[in-house]
Amino acid sequence: MKYVNEYRDPELGKKLLERIRRNSRKHIRLMEFCGGHTVAIFKHGLRQLLPSNIEMLSGPGCPVCVTASMDLDRAIAMAKLPDVIITSFGDMVRVPGSRSSLQKAKAEGADVRIVYSAQDALKMAKENPDKAIIFIGIGFETTAPTIAASILQAEQEEIKNYFVLSLHKTCPPIMKAILDLGEVKLDGIICPGHVSAVIGSRPYQFLADDYQIACAVSGFEPVDILLAVDSLVEQIESGQPKVEITYRRGVKEGGNPAALKLMDAVFEVGSADWRGIGVVPESGLQIRKRYEGFDAAKRFDIKVSTAKEPKGCICGAVLRGVSTPLECKLFRRLCTPENPIGPCMVSSEGSCATYYQYGEGSGR
Amino acid sequence: MEDKILLAHGSGGKLMHDLIESFMPELANPILEKLDDSAVFDVSGRLAFTTDSYTVNPIFFPGGDIGRLAVCGTVNDLAMSGAKPLYLSLAFIIEEGLAVADLKKIVGSIAEAAGEAGVKIVTGDTKVVNRGSADKIFINTAGVGIVPEGVNISAAKARPGDKVIISGNIGDHGIAVLSKREGLKFHTPVPSDCAPLNGLVADILAASKDIHSLRDPTRGGLAVTLNDFARQSKAGIRIDEDTIPMNKAVMAACELLGLDPLHIANEGKLAAAVPVENAERVLAAMKRNKYGRDAAIIGEVVKEHPGQVVMKTSLGASRIIDMPVGELLPRIC
Repeated sequence: MKYVNEYRDPELGKKLLERIRRNSRKHIRLMEFCGGHTVAIFKHGLRQLLPSNIEMLSGPGCPVCVTASMDLDRAIAMAKLPDVIITSFGDMVRVPGSRSSLQKAKAEGADVRIVYSAQDALKMAKENPDKAIIFIGIGFETTAPTIAASILQAEQEEIKNYFVLSLHKTCPPIMKAILDLGEVKLDGIICPGHVSAVIGSRPYQFLADDYQIACAVSGFEPVDILLAVDSLVEQIESGQPKVEITYRRGVKEGGNPAALKLMDAVFEVGSADWRGIGVVPESGLQIRKRYEGFDAAKRFDIKVSTAKEPKGCICGAVLRGVSTPLECKLFRRLCTPENPIGPCMVSSEGSCATYYQYGEGSGR
Repeated sequence: MEDKILLAHGSGGKLMHDLIESFMPELANPILEKLDDSAVFDVSGRLAFTTDSYTVNPIFFPGGDIGRLAVCGTVNDLAMSGAKPLYLSLAFIIEEGLAVADLKKIVGSIAEAAGEAGVKIVTGDTKVVNRGSADKIFINTAGVGIVPEGVNISAAKARPGDKVIISGNIGDHGIAVLSKREGLKFHTPVPSDCAPLNGLVADILAASKDIHSLRDPTRGGLAVTLNDFARQSKAGIRIDEDTIPMNKAVMAACELLGLDPLHIANEGKLAAAVPVENAERVLAAMKRNKYGRDAAIIGEVVKEHPGQVVMKTSLGASRIIDMPVGELLPRIC
């Protein structure tokens, strides 16, 4: 871990900012796809430092935020089954579904536990052979390989009481879906760092080729993000969009073949339901038939009624980059991190929580 | 003797008696040894009185354990009001099944920390609860101390112009506990900073009695402490990111986990608001103490933006430092 300092080097950062200011002439609109980037941009105050002709929009890259209400309702219904332990990442537990949340289900007696990884859930399955352990698998291509590994391990060790509800989503298809909706006009995308460490940079090539959108794969330190913005400005000003990796220490063009192989062994591409966007074909990962014994969706056949979104919540529009949290009537008044109404206020990487935490638009 | 704590150890009978006898010698002092229902002692002056309960998972972590934490936490709460800590109470709630060896180790740490802080454990209690009713061991300590004449410290007393000082690297304790709990291995292991700070406070007060605010940034980290100063004093605080001392391993761990070091707990650090004319003298005194070696002035109290903490980032932007919301959770992806 020797990298952190040079990528926080203020001198380097200032030089990059100068160069961006010098080179950037057009009014451009960039989207940072990933919630981790949104947090970093606010944390280091980068929006204030970039010239005003560069508009930054936050994208849908927050795994908790994009989980559809109906999928959450299913998870909550599963939590109420007898002899079931629901396991998930922390933020997930607090997200309100249509009527309840996993947290409320827990208070009402359901066994819901927070884990840090699928491995913890698998361990729990071994320790509780008389219970069914359901792991709520959320996340993008980053979490999918480790969850795939947990399923392979469960098969190898003949653990029969471990199940995954796969709500995994994939990034390139949702980028395409947002562009095809035509609601928001983008000039460039800061592509996710950790996702790209797994899938590489090639899956974004269509953005440059078919949509003429500049792409830069970025890390999470301030200098990383400025490097990405610098690359995007250069691509846009020269009229030559491409996919550049400005996060070379983390990402290779071909990604991580071992992780991709694991993912492919267990999952196949399927449609996924995105909060605020709807069902997008080929944007999700479902468990292959060969491993259906571990598929919670197959093992526990749960029907839930059509989901309701909270009244007045505009998380969907925020996730599509159409609105900012400041345009939401609930933001900071009724919807706060203590009492979140929509998912983007729950997750620490959600746009609303980030705007709130860093006082954006509060007049402070 | 049994090697696990049994329910019977808490029943008040022979087993309990033997257990208490077994750790008495480590904690011994004339007040405790009387084993009366309450400790009786003389004090004179302004009394500071505090209590805190300690739960931590895991109970043993790099740089300390729950025993050391239970002494240092209460000693530090007394010290932050400028008091000289004197006497502590010590109460255990033990989950049935805890290894007696673990309990002994914890008692050893308590004795060692109390010795270092110069405080005496003068009264105590032990309860044992059914398995599952507690998580291994909970400890409560309460403490009393005497506030010297002329010392008047409060989080509400920070004034515009005061310098804000932190006594050393932030975030060590939180990262030490988190990495042990989650089995995260870093190249350079981070030990907890858990330490009694009454000696450091005595050195500060010897340099200047006119200290406005003192607080140890435990849960919620430095962000909470500075917000407390700003809100209670109805003043603004401005800090400079580049001046905040931090261990590189903690910085790296925070980057990896997506956590903000300003939100991470410390157990051996203090933040102070000190009138500008005394600031350098106080800083020099802190640097001479082993628990203040890395002390630094990180900002100042200002008239603007009352109740808010604003940080100038390394790149020259400014951002509001708010209290963390909810639990600190590593990023998902």
